[in-house]
Parts: sequence; C-alpha cells; structure tokens
Amino acid sequence: MVVMKMKFPFQKRVKLAQGLWLLSWCATVAGATTFTLGCLLKTELRRRAEVMANTDIHIVPNTLMIVGLASLGINYFASKICQDALDAGRFPRWKNFLKPYFAVSCFFTVLMLLAIIMSYAMKGSLESSLKAGLRNGIRFYKDTDTPGRCFQKQNIDRLQMEFQCCGNNDFRDWFEVQWISNRYLDFSSTEVKNRIKSNVDGRYLVDGVPFSCCNPSSPRPCIQYRLTNNSAHYNYDYQTEELNIYLRGCREALVNYYMGLMNTIGAGVLSIFLLQGSVLVSLRFLQTAMEAVAGKENTEIETEGYLLEKGVKETVMEYLDPVLTFLLLKNKVEEGTAGETTTAPA
Amino acid sequence: MALLKMKFSQQRRVRLAQGLWLLSWLAVMCGAFIFCLGVYLKIELLRRDEVMENTEIHVVPNLLMMVGLASIGANWVASRVCQDSLDASRFPRWRVLLLGWYAVAVLLCCLLLAVVVLSYALQGRLEESLKVGLRNGIRFYKDTDVPGRCFQKETIDRLQMEFRCCGNNNFKDWFEVQWVSNRYLDFTSQEVKDRIRSNVDGRYLLDGVPFSCCNPASPRPCLQNQLTDSRAHYNYEYQSEELNLYSRGCRQALTDYYMGLMNSTGPGVLSVILIQLSVLLSMRYLQTAVEGAMALESPEGESEGYILEKDVKATYADVKAKALDLLKFAQVDPASEAAGPEEGEKADEATEKAATPPPAS
Repeated sequence: MVVMKMKFPFQKRVKLAQGLWLLSWCATVAGATTFTLGCLLKTELRRRAEVMANTDIHIVPNTLMIVGLASLGINYFASKICQDALDAGRFPRWKNFLKPYFAVSCFFTVLMLLAIIMSYAMKGSLESSLKAGLRNGIRFYKDTDTPGRCFQKQNIDRLQMEFQCCGNNDFRDWFEVQWISNRYLDFSSTEVKNRIKSNVDGRYLVDGVPFSCCNPSSPRPCIQYRLTNNSAHYNYDYQTEELNIYLRGCREALVNYYMGLMNTIGAGVLSIFLLQGSVLVSLRFLQTAMEAVAGKENTEIETEGYLLEKGVKETVMEYLDPVLTFLLLKNKVEEGTAGETTTAPA
Repeated sequence: MALLKMKFSQQRRVRLAQGLWLLSWLAVMCGAFIFCLGVYLKIELLRRDEVMENTEIHVVPNLLMMVGLASIGANWVASRVCQDSLDASRFPRWRVLLLGWYAVAVLLCCLLLAVVVLSYALQGRLEESLKVGLRNGIRFYKDTDVPGRCFQKETIDRLQMEFRCCGNNNFKDWFEVQWVSNRYLDFTSQEVKDRIRSNVDGRYLLDGVPFSCCNPASPRPCLQNQLTDSRAHYNYEYQSEELNLYSRGCRQALTDYYMGLMNSTGPGVLSVILIQLSVLLSMRYLQTAVEGAMALESPEGESEGYILEKDVKATYADVKAKALDLLKFAQVDPASEAAGPEEGEKADEATEKAATPPPAS
C-alpha cells in the first residue's frame, strides 16, 4: 500500500518543479548558515578550551559543520534534478542516482535533528568537563613558573572578570587551595609558619580570593583578604555582604552561557531541518510524478505522486536487505563449508 | 577656450549617462556608509561620556552624519538627473537645479576634507577633556553615596579593566586622592588617625590603588597596598616591578583608542571624497554634452562637453561681473525713478553685457 498518494496534473507538476527550485536554493543558503553556526560554536568552545577537561561537547559543532557541508551538496543536486525534471529527454539519466541520493539525504537530515537533540542531552557532560577543568585551573593558579601551566593564572583571572564569577561552585573554593606561590611567601614570618602548620599538607591557605573576584559594582573598595573575619574590616559583615565579590560560581556561569548559545543555534537549525525535510519530500513527489509520465506520448497527462511505493516497514527492509545480504552472505559461505566438512567424512 | 573639452558622440553620451547613473548609486551607498561611520563614532564617544569633560570632539561624528545624509540626497538627485538626461523633453527642468547641485557637491567634499583635518587637529582638545574628566572621576571615586556621582566608582573600575590602564597619567595619581570613603574608615584606629594628621586637608591618603589597576598577566597575586614600601612585601622591589599593575595611564589609553578609530576611518573618507568628485565632474560633462546636443540641428550628432566654457580666469571675471551687476541692480532700482533715462540707458547696456556671454551653466 502506497504512502501519501497525491494527484498531479501537468500544471501542478510545473508549479512543483519551479517551487522546488527556489526552495532548494533557499535550502543551500540555509546549509551554508548551518556550517557557519557550527564554526561559531566551535570557535566559542575552543576559546575556553583551557578550562574544559575533555572535548566531548565538540561533537555538536562538528556534526553541524558536516551536516552543513553535506546539505550544500544535497540541495545543489536537488536544484539540478528539478531543473531537468520537466524535460522528458534529460530526466531519465537521474534514474539510477536517485535511490542512493534519497538514502544519503535522509541520513544527513536525521543527523541534523540528532545534533539538536545532542546539544540539550550533553549539558551534563559539559558541566562535568567544566568542573574538572576549573578545579585544575584553580589548583594550578599559583604555578606561573611551571612550563605548561604558566598561563593558568591569567586565564582564570580573565575568565572571572569576563563572566563575573568567582571559583568553581562559589568563592569558597579559593579557601581550600593554596593560590599564592611559595616564591612570594616569607617563610621566616610567624604568620606564614602558623598557617602552614595549621593543616596536614603544609599548604598556605588563606580565607581570601584573587583580585579578579572583585565586583566593580560594590560601593566600597574591594575586600579580598580575611573575608570570614568580621572584625578585620570596619563596618563589614561576612554573612550579609553581597556586592563585594562575585557570588556566582564560574561553572554555572559558563554552563549558562554555552546552553544559551546552543539553544539559540538549536532553534535556527530546527527551522533549517524543516526546510530541508520539505525539499526532500517535494523532490520525492516530483520524481514519482515524473516517472509515471516517462515513455508516454502525451506528457501533459495527470499522474500520481507518492512518498513510498510500499509501506514504511517494507521500504526499510528493502534498503536494509543489501546490507544484511552482505553480512548473511558471509554466513551462507561458512554454512556451506561446514556442510561440506560434515558430509565429507559421511 | 573651454577647459578640458571632450567630444561626445551619441553612443558616448548614452554610455556616460549609464555610467554616471551607476556611479551616483555607488555614491549614495558611500553616503550611507559615511552616515553609519558617524553614528558608530558618536556611540563610541557617548559610551565614555562620563570621563569627558566637554563635547567638542563630537563635531567630528556630527559632521560625518550630516554630510552622509546630505550626500545620500544629493547623489539620489544626480541619479534622477542622469535618468532624464537623454530625454530632450525632461532634461531642461533640471537645468536651474544643477548650478545649486554643483555648489552642494563641492560643499560636501570640502566638509569631508574638513572632517579629516579636524580629526587630527582636535587631538589636543580631546586630551584636555579626558584629563579633566578622569581627574574628576578619580576624585569622586569614593562618593558612591552621593546622588549624581554614585556610579563613578563602577565607571572608573570598568574603564581601567577594559582599557588596561591605571589612573590619569599613571598609577601614582591614586596616591594623591582619598579614594576610600570615610564610611569604611575606623576613626578610632591609630593608623587612620596618623594618616589623617599627616596632611593639611585631613584626607586619608595611602600608597595603594584600587583592584581594577591589577594586571592579570602578573606572575604573582596582585599587590595593591603599601606599593612604595619594598619591605612590606616579600621579594618585592618597588622600582623594578613592572607587571604588577597596569603601567599606562587611562588618558593615554583612551586618546590612543579614539585616535586609532578616527585614523582608520581616514582612508574611507578620502575615497568617498574621490567618488563624489568624480560624480561631480561626470555630471558636468553630461550636462554640457547633452545641452550641446540639444542645441544642434540633428540631436543624434556629436557634441562637445567641457568643465568650464571659458578658462578659469575668464570664468572668474564673468562671475565677478555678474555678481557686481546683481549688486548694481539692487542699488539702481530704488534710485532709477529719480535718476531718469540716463541711468536707464546705463542699466540697459549693463543687461546687454550680461546677456551676451552665453550662459556658463
């Protein structure tokens, strides 16, 4: 039983071909847009590559770029096919091309949808990547003399200033890490000796944060050190002070930023997906309508167009059969040899 | 003898009209570009409005915007004129307008040139304006509770972080000003009392800077306080420390930024001047060639186009004579009734003289 049969008189076929030609050029531009969006996302992710522990999230922009390039090719061929469609002499040469063309096009269109779904599904992976990356960044903040880590301080400082955030979850992450290098500590001073003795690992821990955590909107000059000590500063209450330093954690700030970016891009790619789908559906209708005309003397008759000749399940089996036969063929050969060996002794 | 005379066959006239039509639309785009440039520059200047004391520098973007709009209009008129130019019935109505159009086009070119010159000449005024504005900003840094000044702290902090600069000339400007508000000073403390007594005005001065002066590129955590005391910090030498704070002053940073912006627009403006001049010259050629063709018996024949009918000196003398005649007319008219026929004859002679040279436009 045929899926979605529609009647196509001659005029309707002509209109379909013309509309499809315009639509396919729009879809080409849309494909280029998808590629550009993928590049944009990739660039933004790479800018903060130093605070991400792994690159799992990069699969989203990579997929978008591949789909964008593929859709340029798909829509170019679509426009060529519908240019030739109304010409009975030129249309038959596309005959063998169309079946694999539709298979490939459907695959890439579905891939586009997958990219959108992935951009939402991978939020957790992005968060854990940022958590590990920021933890390392904060830990290696003081190692400005270690090759390979000497830019961590500058990266974390600029990140905190740009995204208006402090620490990993919040500013207290800085209390648990020694972020002042030993090169700048006077080990003969009592204060330093006390602090180092006060914890097991012998680290110099302070209840202070770097200057990049300071909030410019605060009405008072920034208080960076002795944050938990109310008596250390005049007119200061640790519990109620809100504007002094940034209260938001950098992980949350970065996740919000990237999810916002991916949501915007996802909305655009969804509309491009719908456009691409409509191009493929129209092309299928045009192809089936024109195939019914082939060989007839009067090319202006009314024909029927359909999406699938058989039902959905049968069509899927039809496409998968070659793949399965390829695999089954191997099995058939093995069965044959097994049969021979069993019959030989008998 | 005419200035820069050229022969124009019918084909050439048609080509000139078509080329000029395209060129005038290009000039319309250029006018739009100049307008957008002016808007952009204006927005950039307005963003840092709080650290500028006067708005003299705003004459550059204002001029750019006016000239942009005027040139869109003028070049649109030019395209209409050359659309009508090959139609003998529609062209004459533009004749009178064209003299005014030339004046407007020349004025626009001069204004654009003036903009380029001004953008260099006003650098000193910009620096002065920034100097005073920044000095006020630094002085009112602590007044976050005074209405009208409560955003100075945030403005100066964000400015120093964005432009990577500290203070007016350099970071030492912060040593001369009390930038910590009295609300956050413990007047019972000995240190505070000493500092306040140590100067005439009773201000709390310290050798420290706000956090926004800190340089993230420094290998050590930022040192903000007791900067001049090498013993106050371990492994610290005041004279040789370079990376701790930003060494550039904000006045220098902002001046460099705005000068860079205006210099980069220079080549664009110069090329727009060239395009406008070429539209002007082509329009003149088209006008004279078409008028010459209309005066011929066979309108499809060859005509001559020129920039000026006589050479520069003769044209100047003509214009001078015309202007004087106009003045004479204005003076003679009230007196002519009393003067009688003699004056009338002189006036007639003058009108004849004015009429004999063929119209230069």
